[in-house]
Order: sequence, then C-alpha cells, then structure tokens
Amino acid sequence: MTRYEPVIGLEVHAQLRTQSKLFCSCSTAFGADVNLHTCAVCLGMPGVLPVLNRHAVDLAIRAGLGLGCTIHPRSQWSRKNYFYPDLPKGYQISQYDQPIATDGQLIVEVDGATSTVRIMRIHMEEDAAKNVHDDLIAGNRSYVDFNRGGTPLVEIVSQPDIRSAAQAAAYMKTLRQILRYLGVCDGNMEEGSLRCDANVSIRPVGETKLGTRTELKNINSFRFVQQAIEYEIERQKEVLASGGTIVQETRLWDTQAKVTRSMRSKEEAHDYRYFPDPDLPNLVLEPSYIENIRTELPELPAAKLKRYTTELGLSNYDANILTEDAEIALFFEKALAVFKKPKAIANWVINEVLRKLKTQNDDTAAAATLTDAYAQQIGELVELVEDNIISGKIAKDIFADLKAGDSPKRIVDEHGLKQVSDVGSIEPLIDEVLAKNPESVAKYKAGRTNMLGFFVGQVMKQTGGKANPKLVNELIQKKLS
Amino acid sequence: MTKLYELTAHELAQKLAQNEISSIEATQACLERIEATNNLGAYLHVDSVGALALAKASDERRRANNTNGPLDGVPMALKDIFLTEGMPTTCGSKILAGFKPPYNGTVVQKLKDAGVVLLGKLNMDEFAMGSSNEYSGFTPARNPWDPERVPGGSSGGCAIAVAAGLAFATLGTDTGGSIRQPAALCGVVGLKPTYSRVSRFGVIAYASSLDQVGPLTKDVTDCAQVLQVIAGHDPHDSTSADVAVPDYTKDIEQGVSGLRLGIPKEYFAPGIDAQVRAAVEAAIKTYEQLGAKISEISLPHTDYAIAAYYLVATAEASSNLARYDGVRYGPRRDPGLGLNEMYDDTRSQFGSEVKRRIMLGTYALSAGYYDAYYGKAQKVRTLVQRDFANAFAQCDALITPTSPSPAFKLGENVSDPIKMYLADVFTVSVNMAGLPGISLPCGFTKDGLPIGIQLIAAPMAEALLLRTARAYEREHKWHLQRPAL
Repeated sequence: MTRYEPVIGLEVHAQLRTQSKLFCSCSTAFGADVNLHTCAVCLGMPGVLPVLNRHAVDLAIRAGLGLGCTIHPRSQWSRKNYFYPDLPKGYQISQYDQPIATDGQLIVEVDGATSTVRIMRIHMEEDAAKNVHDDLIAGNRSYVDFNRGGTPLVEIVSQPDIRSAAQAAAYMKTLRQILRYLGVCDGNMEEGSLRCDANVSIRPVGETKLGTRTELKNINSFRFVQQAIEYEIERQKEVLASGGTIVQETRLWDTQAKVTRSMRSKEEAHDYRYFPDPDLPNLVLEPSYIENIRTELPELPAAKLKRYTTELGLSNYDANILTEDAEIALFFEKALAVFKKPKAIANWVINEVLRKLKTQNDDTAAAATLTDAYAQQIGELVELVEDNIISGKIAKDIFADLKAGDSPKRIVDEHGLKQVSDVGSIEPLIDEVLAKNPESVAKYKAGRTNMLGFFVGQVMKQTGGKANPKLVNELIQKKLS
Repeated sequence: MTKLYELTAHELAQKLAQNEISSIEATQACLERIEATNNLGAYLHVDSVGALALAKASDERRRANNTNGPLDGVPMALKDIFLTEGMPTTCGSKILAGFKPPYNGTVVQKLKDAGVVLLGKLNMDEFAMGSSNEYSGFTPARNPWDPERVPGGSSGGCAIAVAAGLAFATLGTDTGGSIRQPAALCGVVGLKPTYSRVSRFGVIAYASSLDQVGPLTKDVTDCAQVLQVIAGHDPHDSTSADVAVPDYTKDIEQGVSGLRLGIPKEYFAPGIDAQVRAAVEAAIKTYEQLGAKISEISLPHTDYAIAAYYLVATAEASSNLARYDGVRYGPRRDPGLGLNEMYDDTRSQFGSEVKRRIMLGTYALSAGYYDAYYGKAQKVRTLVQRDFANAFAQCDALITPTSPSPAFKLGENVSDPIKMYLADVFTVSVNMAGLPGISLPCGFTKDGLPIGIQLIAAPMAEALLLRTARAYEREHKWHLQRPAL
C-alpha cells in the first residue's frame, strides 16, 4: 500500500492592533452596535479616497521583523476585484506582487522536536465587512454590518513546509505567541483577530511534486486547525485509495459534524483582476525607518526562554510557563525588578498569580489584572517572605485579599504581621503547648516523630501565624530531645 | 450694453466690491437665464432657494465688511460629478438617481468657504465617459452656438453654462480632455491642472490616475482666480501634491516675450479640420509677433497615446464603478431578488457607453490579458511622459489644437464609438503625462462655431500656462463673443 505524506501550507490573517481602520479614522473596537463604526470612506461612498494608517504599517513591519522577514523599502497597493455585498467598493485594497515583507521563518516545536517553517510573504490588506443573514425578520433577508470593513490585517503566508496537523497547530500557536509579544495582534481567535486558511495536499512518500490541494477556509481555533487538517488528510487518502482524484476546491470545517465540506470548486473561482491601486502611492520606507522599528522590537519568546534558564537559572519548566505569554513574562520581569530573586518570584508568579488568573478563566480579564502595580505588590510580598519578615502563611493570606492600591509592606506594618523570631517570646508558648499535651509528647518520645507538625501547628495558631515556623521547629525538637 | 450675466467673474467681483450689484441680483440673473435656456439641458439640478440664501449671506458679509475673498458672492455651478452635501449628485447616471451625498467634496468645501454661491449641478456624460454629452443618463445637452450640435463632453454642461451666462464660472473634471474639449467647442476657457494639484476627494472617480478637477470660465483671469481657490494639498487625497500654491494672478499680464513655444508636428497631421488648422496657425503667428520663439518639436508616441489611454481609463473605471451595486445607496428596483439578480438588475441601469467601457476595462485587466493590454498601456504611458519631458527640455510650453474639429452634430458620432473616441485625440496625452493644459478660444468657423487652442506646460507650471494664455487673450477678443440665444 502506498504511504502518503501530507504537505500543508497556512495562510494566517492577523488583525493589527490599531485604534482605527486601515484607510480611514473609524474605530476598530470589537462588539459595537451594527454599522456604528462606519464613514463615507469605509462604506465606499462615491468620491471617497483611502488614506493610509501609518500605525498599521509600523505594526506590519514589526510582524515582518519579528518573523525574520526582509522588509521591502518599496511595496505596492493593489486592488483585488470581486463582487460581494460585504465588500463595499467592489474591490479589496491589498498587496499583491510587491508585498511589504518576504522570506522569514518560524521555529516550531512538536513533542520536543523542532522544525523550521519558512514564511513566504507577509502582506497588508483591509478586512471585508460581515453579512448577517436573518431568517426571522421579514423572512429570508440579508443585511451587512460594515463595522469590520476596512480593519487592517496582515496575511502571513507560509511555504508548504508543514508535514502534520500537530505541526500546523504548533505553528499557529507559536505565531500567535510571537504576534502577541510584538504587540502586533491581540490574537483573540473568538473575535476573529486571528484566523487561518490551510492548504492541504498529500503525496506518496519520496515524491517531490506537490499533489492537488484543497483549501480549508476560515479556521478560528488551534483545535479546529488540527482536527480539520487531520480529517482532510484522511479524506484525501481515502479518495486516492479508492481510485479517485482530489478535486482542487475550497472546503469548510463543520465544527458540529467534525468533517470538511466542499464550499466551492476552484473552477468557479474569481478572476480577481489585480492591478495597482491608482488612489494610493507606493509605500516607500526609508531604511532608517525600518531600522528604528527593529531597535524597538521586544525580546521574543525563544530568546527569553534561553535567558531565563541560563542567566536567571530557572528550570526549563518554569521558564516555559513564564514565557508562554508576553504579558506574563513582562509581569514576571516587573516583579523581578522589585525583588531580584528569580526563583522565588517565579514560584510566586506560577503558583499563586497564574493559579488565581486561571480561576478567572478569561484571557482579557487576566491581561487587565497583570498591571505594573500588581507586579510591584508581588515583588514586595516575595521580598517580605524571603527576608523572613513574614511567614509564607501570612504572605498567602495577604495575597488572597490584595486589592489595587494596597502595599504589602504597609499591611504588615499596620496589622503587626511581622514574623516573631525571638526565642524569648516563643519559648514560653512552646512550653505551654507541650504542657497541655502530655500524651502527644509521650507518643513523640516513643518514636512518633510526625507529631512534630502538630506541635508546630499549635504554636503557630497561638501566634496567629506570626511565629517563624523554622525557629519553632528547631526549638521544639531541642526541647523534646 | 453688457448684460449682468455676461460679466466675467472678476468683473462681477469688482462690482460686488463697489456695491454696484448685490450677490442676490447676480444670482437672480443667472436663475432667470437658466430658466430661459432650459432647452440647452445644461443643468441637472438647480437649487434656487439654496443659492439665494447663500447670496443673501454673502451680501450680509459684505455689508459687515467681512468677505471671504474675491469669489465671495459669485454664482457658480458644478459638474454633477462633485459630491455636494444634501444636494442631488448623480454623475449623469440613473444608477445614482435620488442620491444625496452625506458630505462635501474638498473643492466644494473650498468654494463654500470662499463664499461662492452654488447654483446647482451641471449635465455631463454618464460617469464622465463621453466627448459629446450625448451619453448623459438623463438628457443630452446642446451647444449654445448651435443647438443642433453637441457642446462636447464630458463637462458639456459646464461649458454651456459659462458660454451662455448660466453661471459665472464652473468646475469640471478632465480625464482625457473633458474640460478642454467642451471649452473649445463652446468658446470658453478650460484648464486641466497638473495631476495632483487639485484634490479629487469627493469627486466621483472615473479613472483615478487620470482624473483632475479644473475650472471652465469666461476668461483667463477668472480661470486663475478659481484655480487659486481650489488648488492645494488635501490630506484626504493620498495622491494630492504637498506643494505650496503660488499666486496665479501675480505674473499673468507679463506676456510671452522670450518664451520658447513648441509646436508638436504630430498634432498637425491630416484629419484635422482645415478651419481649425488655420485658426491655430494664426494663433501661433500671434505668439510669434508677441515675441515668443516658435519651434517645431516632436512627440513621437502621440499615435499610441489614445489606444493606451482607453486601456488605462477603462481598466480603472471597471474597478471604480464596481461599488454601484445597489447594496448601500442608489435605486434598487426589486429587493425580493436573489443576490446575482439584484446585481444584474441594478447594474443594468448603466448606459451603453458605461457598459462598453466597463467591459473593455474588465477584459484589459483579466488574467492572461493584463500584460498584453494594461501592462503594455502603462509602458506606453511612460514613453508619452518621456516625450513631454524631452519637449520641455527645449521649450516652455506647447501649442496644439484642442479638438480636431469644431462642434459636431448631435447623433453624428454616436453610432461610431471609435470616431467619438478620436474627439479626444489632442487632449489625452496631457492626462497620460499628468501635465497641465488649457484651452482658450482662438477663432470661429465660417458657420460661427468656436475653435480652441490648447497650451500645455510642464508639471505645476500653471502660472506659466495662464500667463501664456492671457497674452493671447489680450490680443484677440474671441472670448468676448457671446452666443445669440
């Protein structure tokens, strides 16, 4: 039986994090009332002209540099012509044969094995609007919501270097991570800020020619990327096994039935009649302009991971967790700036802060809480513990009730929570506990050394958690020996 | 005695300044004249109430000694291609019947800020596609010198309005000669500025890389004054030039002594009407007598310009006109239709010439033909630009006829699109090269039809062009002749 190898290329659309649209000043905020964020320009009224949003260009350059691309000092705007009600001008302004960036790469890791996926090109374009089909109102009518129309996107096109569904999903995840690090895209897949088309074909192992591909359109989650591609690979294998041929077509992933379905065949595909947009001059970038943006690039996840393990001495495990998301890494670094003990800060961020965020179970809420002030609080808290000013127990209590504007140091001062470490005041308490529990003392002396925890706990209870547990431990052992 | 509506804009401005005439009187004179010449089909929309209100406001500003410049209170009208907030704007097409724009185009706003009284919107070939104004989606317009003849196009309504005293000045657009050719056929002055000199924001696009806004006026001085108001950089138009606007009237009387004027030999080929040729040659003699140095030059790619022009213009038009789909504005006849039927039905309202050009442009851009047509046309365009650059290394301005013939009869060319396209043969190269060009009256045929001469200059050399035109105008009184109506 023939063994097949999948060949996969991804086209990822990422919405650039701008306040306004690509060619007008309308807001790009998500979730507004229908057609609220529109003007004559993005509605394609007669006589309007596009004016380029320079911030979108900066972000596209960042994306290109972050993905190791060459940024072209001269790129061109083209019109992609087709008719659809969600396309108000009857064409989409996009970049065609002269995109802003080409030839980058992305390192992808699957099950510990790394591979390189080449990036063919990154081009800028405006998004289409959204058709709303409503069978309830007046029966079988369709409407258009133009809020999204004209939103700036970059399309990141990979080479067909991907060989498995898992690798495709890993590519998407790594890409999202980098775009978020760069501040280029919020990566919010539910809101459509990041979505992908997958070109999938298979060929006999050893064959160098590409097989006929199908295009899976508009996939908006990592899970669906993997599932849809897995399904499509199997489907294509079955078609070939049963003597059939693959038809070049666009397919959709049916999330309910978990199958891909044919959407339209390429035979009826549009002739987009691309040509340079005469309303927009070529995009000309001074080399110094590009270099300035390069110097402003943040440290990317791979470099950060390496630095965390080599320079900060964190475990691979900890470093991975902290660098997974740009906001978390930044938060960790801000807390670390307050108190410079990487392992202690890392433990607190991972065990306490991230756990708390997870219970909120909402990315945006999490990002909103990871403020500079919060990092300052965590840094102080860890410092108090590490300097033996308060016990870990007290620290966790303070952490649980921490509010914006609180200062852990002030809380400790105001509530007298400082750890008691002087033998003179602890010893009488120990004596009291031992005197009250003669049976337990007897058991301990008979060899039940695990009773020690009980005694320590009692003393801690007496002091409201303020006694230094290490000292208490030592003193009790000494007394009972 | 000169009638009020026969005054030039700057003469009117003088009388307004000296309180001899009020803006209301001038506006009323135009409105009455519009009424009396209804048969010419110059206007598609007249806003008498709005115009009188603007005139009243201008008169009040003048009484308060607070006018907005030389055009304050001067009644003007616009080709129906300009977006006017709340005022119908159809671009001569049924597909925009009833459309009232939500905003003013940049030049419209500039005129309003200058205190101009806006009388209404002028007839044109549908979407500015035509050389005779017979392709208006509503009614063909007629030449005031002979109503059996065309006024030229596509800014035909503008030329009629100026020639017949239906407005003191107008704004048109010129994609391949649409200001200069009707100006020549109606005996008025028409200027196409350098591409990018005047904002295109709020001007309905025909071919974006060729379209340019410009004035049609009774004389050269008016032309300079109107250009002064509308020229300049516009942040809403990414193709508009960020270059300071000079004072266009400052050197206008300086004459042409010592200027080097080139005569492109390719523009005097057989096919040009004998009376037109004679009038233009006489004008060249005048320039020589005025001290200009005349020399023959060559623009070798002239023959290819018109073919290349019709590829570029129609390609861009096919894309620019895609937005008229009935989804967001304009009439939609049957909302119960399916999507494709709705598109078909809406777009069937385009007239035959518009459909022809959309088809041509769609073909020129289609996969497999792009290189052979659009790509090749852009190369020709570069050669045409180079021709002119070489010419302007040798001379300051060029002289050509504006149109190969005087106004032709209505219906004469309608059945032969290629013949109609050749009406622009002397004007399209200027658009292909993005240069400024002006047409001014240089005589009449024995049947009393106006003849125009075209002057062409290097980019941004409008001041030189106006000065050259004015030197001729001072010598002859063609521009003072008015059609008998």
